[in-house]
Amino acid sequence: MTIWIDIGALDDVPLRGSRCVATPTGKVGVFRTADDRVFAIRNECPHKGGPLTEGIVHGHSVTCPLHNWVISLETGEAQGADEGAVGTIPVRLDSGRILLLRAAIAAKAAA
Amino acid sequence: MTERLVIIGNGMAPGRMLEHLLDAAPAAYDVTIFNAEPRVNYDRIMLSPVLSGEKTYDDIVIHDDAWYASHGITLHRGHRIASIDRDAKTVTSEGGITAPYDRLVIATGSNPFMIPVPGKDLPGVLAYRDLDDVQTMLRMAERGGRAVVIGGGLLGLEAAAGLKQRGMEVTVLHVMPTLMERQLDPAAGYLLEKELKRRGIHVITKANTKAILGRTHVQGVELADGTQIPASLVVMAVGIRPNVQIAKDAGLEVGRGIVTTDAMQTSDPAIYSVGECAEVGGQVYGLVAPLYEQARVLAAHLSGDTAPRFVHVDTPTKLKVTGIDLYSLGDFAEGDDREEIVLRDASAGVYKRLVLKDNVIIGTVLYGETADGAWFNDLKKKATDVSAMRDTLIFGQMFQGGTQSDPLQAVAALPDDAEICGCNGVCKGRITGAIRSKGLTDLDGVRAHTKASASCGSCTGLVEKILKLELGDAFNPAAVQPMCPCTTHGHDEVRRLIRAKALKTIPAVMQELEWSTSCGCAKCRPALNYYLVCDWPEDYRDDYQSRFINERVHANIQKDGTYSVVPRMWGGMTSSSELRAIADVVDKFDIPAVKVTGGQRIDMLGIRKEDLPAVWADLGKAGFVSGQAYAKGLRTVKTCVGNTWCRFGTQDSTGLGIRLEKFMWGSWTPAKLKLAVSGCPRNCAEATCKDIGVICVDSGFEIHFAGAAGLDIKGTEVLGHAATEDEALEIVVALTQMYREGARYLERIYKWTKRIGVPEIKKQIIDDLPRRRAFFDRFVHSQRFAQVDPWSERVSGKDKHEFKPMAVVGYQEAAE
Repeated sequence: MTIWIDIGALDDVPLRGSRCVATPTGKVGVFRTADDRVFAIRNECPHKGGPLTEGIVHGHSVTCPLHNWVISLETGEAQGADEGAVGTIPVRLDSGRILLLRAAIAAKAAA
Repeated sequence: MTERLVIIGNGMAPGRMLEHLLDAAPAAYDVTIFNAEPRVNYDRIMLSPVLSGEKTYDDIVIHDDAWYASHGITLHRGHRIASIDRDAKTVTSEGGITAPYDRLVIATGSNPFMIPVPGKDLPGVLAYRDLDDVQTMLRMAERGGRAVVIGGGLLGLEAAAGLKQRGMEVTVLHVMPTLMERQLDPAAGYLLEKELKRRGIHVITKANTKAILGRTHVQGVELADGTQIPASLVVMAVGIRPNVQIAKDAGLEVGRGIVTTDAMQTSDPAIYSVGECAEVGGQVYGLVAPLYEQARVLAAHLSGDTAPRFVHVDTPTKLKVTGIDLYSLGDFAEGDDREEIVLRDASAGVYKRLVLKDNVIIGTVLYGETADGAWFNDLKKKATDVSAMRDTLIFGQMFQGGTQSDPLQAVAALPDDAEICGCNGVCKGRITGAIRSKGLTDLDGVRAHTKASASCGSCTGLVEKILKLELGDAFNPAAVQPMCPCTTHGHDEVRRLIRAKALKTIPAVMQELEWSTSCGCAKCRPALNYYLVCDWPEDYRDDYQSRFINERVHANIQKDGTYSVVPRMWGGMTSSSELRAIADVVDKFDIPAVKVTGGQRIDMLGIRKEDLPAVWADLGKAGFVSGQAYAKGLRTVKTCVGNTWCRFGTQDSTGLGIRLEKFMWGSWTPAKLKLAVSGCPRNCAEATCKDIGVICVDSGFEIHFAGAAGLDIKGTEVLGHAATEDEALEIVVALTQMYREGARYLERIYKWTKRIGVPEIKKQIIDDLPRRRAFFDRFVHSQRFAQVDPWSERVSGKDKHEFKPMAVVGYQEAAE
């Protein structure tokens, strides 16, 4: 059975902003874009591990605060000339609540 | 011997004439100019963009002081000529200067026609003719209220649109049934009227002005039918009359204008005339293209080439109102011997009409979509037989020959002799020739060498396409570098448009300036946020999602994601209790590193984000506020101990440093701003490599600026001397405000200075006291909203979400 974990309300995340969620497998960034979609990715830039939640959110991307890599929130991949990717975590919205797929944040622990 | 050439008037026509003359025969004449206006030669066509705020006076100067100096030309500004003595060959100004001439050019231009109705001389009734008129309008517009523009021609409508954009309620009165009837047919006039009304400008046609109302100042306008329209400003733009008085008094032949031959020579062979005052071939002219042609002809004659003659050519008309595309050319009256082709697209607001006679285009009116104007003009000029392409002619050039969908192709297809710049009569071949022979790579180069796009600028797009065709990818149309890939506008344009259009939110900027992305990017958003903070300190709500992390959480992010915290130590002074408080905080939060910074303060490094509010709370209790060591804003003011302790100190440098820091803290600037005050020229505070530095001397304070000691190393420039601390503070603050308003985001003060020049900054801050004061006052106003300690705000709970995780998912919960 697919299990989802409720991590908070949509309104807890600022529009064009992000929050971070601590999990046993490390920090996860939860992003809310201008069109009110929500994405979750591992909060470590593939470049030097910068905290992506601290970046500027634009379109469906975030720019890492350390060295300005632009990471796609949809695929987790670095944009432009940079190469690398972070893991993405499936998200579901249910009546104003944000849910993360448990299997995705527990993946490492289970392995 | 060098002949003496005297020119009466310093408008665009004589200015252009001189350029040609200096090219052809640089040493032939000793030139003296008398100008009734107290200015250099500027581009009058661009007065409307100045009124609307899209350009500044400095942008439209054609010849600056240096130009006159470098060509050895004597320019008497503010000197109106009172008389010409043709026997003695001298002119005498109202100011009493007499100058002898061998040859004389009369270029007195024209006077605006003021309708002879009661009240026309009341204060508040203006013409729309020169920069003084524009400046008066701008002053009136600042107070808001209502304006009436009399005249629905080219100038009147540009004035109306400009005043509306400046926030006035505007009514246009036009005596004819449709607007711009001399350039537009009724259908296009109707579309134009509809568009102006949509923009909130009232238009009354068939309006006969009977009187201007008011006793001490204009209060309104009364029409013949009794309608009264209240107004505090009335602009008359009903036409011009050639200014011929001086020629008439001198006994020259005068008709509507000063009568000249087709070589621009008047009835006295030693006297010439060009510009709006001249009548050649029975016609007087008001548009710039034929006037520039007159200038070219006269220059040739003065340099000894008598071949060129002035020949009449129809000039296209364009309206310079942003967002209204309108083009008209030639003769478009109906007639039995004429045919017309019309295209209307009501929903797109497009109207095109071609008038043909014997299968040749003789007139064109384009509204809403004018890209094909140049092509139609070309067909008309060459009297091309259009019968073969008649069916599709109205769809424009791209439609001919099938599938060319690339707008570049349309330009590529133009023949070499197709006119690109109507104002300056520059054809495509001359532009491509100049690009090749001079190795030009940008728009400025083309403007400098050919004049194309250097007057009204409406052909800029065409010129850029030609550059693109010639240079391929080597051409970066960023003669203006766009801010970022989301827009084609450069920083300066964006800043100007934010002010001109009173844009006060990031979405408004992106909408109005046609951003290509939905919400910008990490480059443009922080820049826009700064521009809006700077320009609208009272109204703008800072968008924290558009700030870099450091400014969002008021600490400096480190490579491991922890933060560093630097409290202010005013002027680098501290005390035992402050040091004790810092020591306690370091112990309590187990802060791994403490460092003395180069800016005379203490940095605590390696603080976890979650701990920041608690760290700040403890620091706040000891009286500390944020040192803004993370900000594009005022950072430190470094000082030496000055005459309080030092045996060489000349002034209280520490005291002045603290005063500056307390006055300026909290202000946002385009890039970081670091100050220093040294108590004597030994300069222990290293003020001469700072953004702004003060060196105390016996007689007061030397103000330095534009130093750098980072990626670049550069000593400061000297701005000026202040006798008192108060004056030093005023200069430093005014300079900061000028920099805040003028620089591009992330542009340090030394780069900004390099771009605009030290003399310009001295002129505005040192020489022009009212201007300095105005900068100072705007800074003070802005500080009312900026001087809030961000740390104590956050200790009190602001942006709580920033400092803790949204959720903590434990092992149990996450276990499969």
